[in-house]
Amino acid sequence: MDFTLILFIILAVTAVATAAGLLLSRSAVYAALFLVLNFACVAVFYLILGAPFVAMAQVTVYAGAIMVLFLFVIMLLGVEKLPKGDVLPWQRPLAIVAAAILLAEAGFLLFERARTSSLLALPGAEANTMDSLREMATVLFNQYLLPFEVTSILLLVAMVGAIVLTKREKGEPA
Amino acid sequence: MTLGNVLEWLIKGLVWVLILLGGFAYLTYYERRALARIQVRIGPNRAGPFGLLQPIADAIKLVFKEEFIPARADKLLFILAPIITLTPALVITAVVPFGNEPFLLFGRTITWQIADINVGVLYIMSIASIAVYGIVLAGWSSNNKYAMLGGLRSTAQMISYELALGLSFVTVILLAGSTRMIDIVEAQRQGWFLLLQPVGMAIFLIATLAEVNRAPFDMPEAEQELAAGYHSEYGGMKFALLFMAEYDKMIAICTIAAALFFGGYLGPDLSGLPVVGGFLKYVQGPIYMFLKVFILLFGMIWVRATLPRIRYDRLMAFGWKILLPLSLALIFVTACGILLAQDVDPLFRWSIPLASLVAGFLAILGMYQTLRRKEHARA
Amino acid sequence: MIPLTYYLVLSAILFTMGALGVLIRRNALIIFMSVELMLNAANLAFVAFARSFELTTGQPVFTGQLFVFFVIAVAAAEVAVGLALIVAIFRTKHSIDVDQMSSLKG
Repeated sequence: MDFTLILFIILAVTAVATAAGLLLSRSAVYAALFLVLNFACVAVFYLILGAPFVAMAQVTVYAGAIMVLFLFVIMLLGVEKLPKGDVLPWQRPLAIVAAAILLAEAGFLLFERARTSSLLALPGAEANTMDSLREMATVLFNQYLLPFEVTSILLLVAMVGAIVLTKREKGEPA
Repeated sequence: MTLGNVLEWLIKGLVWVLILLGGFAYLTYYERRALARIQVRIGPNRAGPFGLLQPIADAIKLVFKEEFIPARADKLLFILAPIITLTPALVITAVVPFGNEPFLLFGRTITWQIADINVGVLYIMSIASIAVYGIVLAGWSSNNKYAMLGGLRSTAQMISYELALGLSFVTVILLAGSTRMIDIVEAQRQGWFLLLQPVGMAIFLIATLAEVNRAPFDMPEAEQELAAGYHSEYGGMKFALLFMAEYDKMIAICTIAAALFFGGYLGPDLSGLPVVGGFLKYVQGPIYMFLKVFILLFGMIWVRATLPRIRYDRLMAFGWKILLPLSLALIFVTACGILLAQDVDPLFRWSIPLASLVAGFLAILGMYQTLRRKEHARA
Repeated sequence: MIPLTYYLVLSAILFTMGALGVLIRRNALIIFMSVELMLNAANLAFVAFARSFELTTGQPVFTGQLFVFFVIAVAAAEVAVGLALIVAIFRTKHSIDVDQMSSLKG
């Protein structure tokens, strides 16, 4: 049992527990906060895997912008308390069965591959050099320049779309 | 990783947190005295010599105040919110270097920095972006309309100004060619980034004022409109924590501003002085840092004493229509200037501040056009 | 030393929980959050594979990390539009229960 493995187990348990909290919580605000914790755990996994830039982007964008927007909308609409009761009562057990099948499938494929191909051990990242960030930027702005530009246009389109969707027509009641 | 490493981090972190906590107490004193002077008053001068014991008296009062939790408030979040607010303020400065001369202590080389990571600026950015949670949750969990409005206002405000803040970080990253804090400070040996990117510094200071909800951007706690905003329902030590978070955030952003734009620990080298020179060699960095932070803090207090609070719709318009385009223009200008200096002539480096000042001037003109009071729009 | 399998198992569990959330919850916001959870699980697998690929080839390969970067950017765009849709639906229906959204108009 080395330090990284203990850290991994603690974080994995926290990640799964917070995901369960998201599924089970009766308050939308708590669900959002559970998801924030989950994102934080995943960010630490990125750090362990030697991807500090992605970890910081994860915290900044997911925890700092996306989830804050979720909280903002929850509070703005006043929909914190979620009503109980299902319209379709058979849906829930069916969903659980379907999810179990999905998990079993993923697990089967994973361990089928694991028996045939030898999987690598991942040591905790020690590389903390400036070069990695610079090299990553070089790859991004050369090899992936077109996707990068397309992403920026996508963001612009999303921005315009969000404004158009929520803009009130003139004369419409508030 | 050894036990020694862990101990070093723990002790350094603890020392810095204690400095921040003491700094908070005396920052309130500093602010009250300076505000009083600006308003031709005297300020607190009763407790102890020059009123120096006033913060301690305040602390004793707050500790012994009764704490209550409003009926139908969300108890867990109500208690957690002040802690969530304070934590980012305490940890955000972990990557800032306070000096460049490591010293030997108990056989270990100790550097003047808690964590030297290669994504230092991004770390600051990400911690700044999660700082909003505490205020939102404090506002929501109080089960009070004014508190809730304060929380919503602060969310919208902080998300809007985060963009300008992040883009002003980008200008610094471009100039230094690195995201490591110590590289950024060392890159300022040829000239502080204040000189190279004065408008970027102005954007940084304005955006951080909005991020920490200080006057003139203190919408979330506007007394006249919201009765105190997100901390309406807080009292006693929980209020003290929220208060502490605000002042520790002030110290933190002044520290970061000093490192990014004002040369950090750099200053005239004093190690040649007789008698004290040997000692000063090690501690001059932290001393310069402290002086710069002290002056920047006075600037923030001065702004509070001078400027009235701006209206909320103008605040948002200012962030989105003026600061965001201006900071994008600055990135363009900076990148062009760096390329010209690299490929044509190093003197083109100074086209960066000139072009940014022009951009800043245009932005002020645009501000006058879009945000001034429109007489005909009334009635 | 953590085997790659551990990360993949965790990623699979998180993804399944996200899918389960989409299926069993009726609140549009929670369904949306579950989608984010699924995206995150996929991202985790991406970064883990990137790391293992890096260890096999012996030199850093940034494709996996950059994919995560793109996924994060797309997720931001998706959330902006999705939340705008939820707000627009709430204005007409006064509810964000997906079972209530059964008519095309009104």
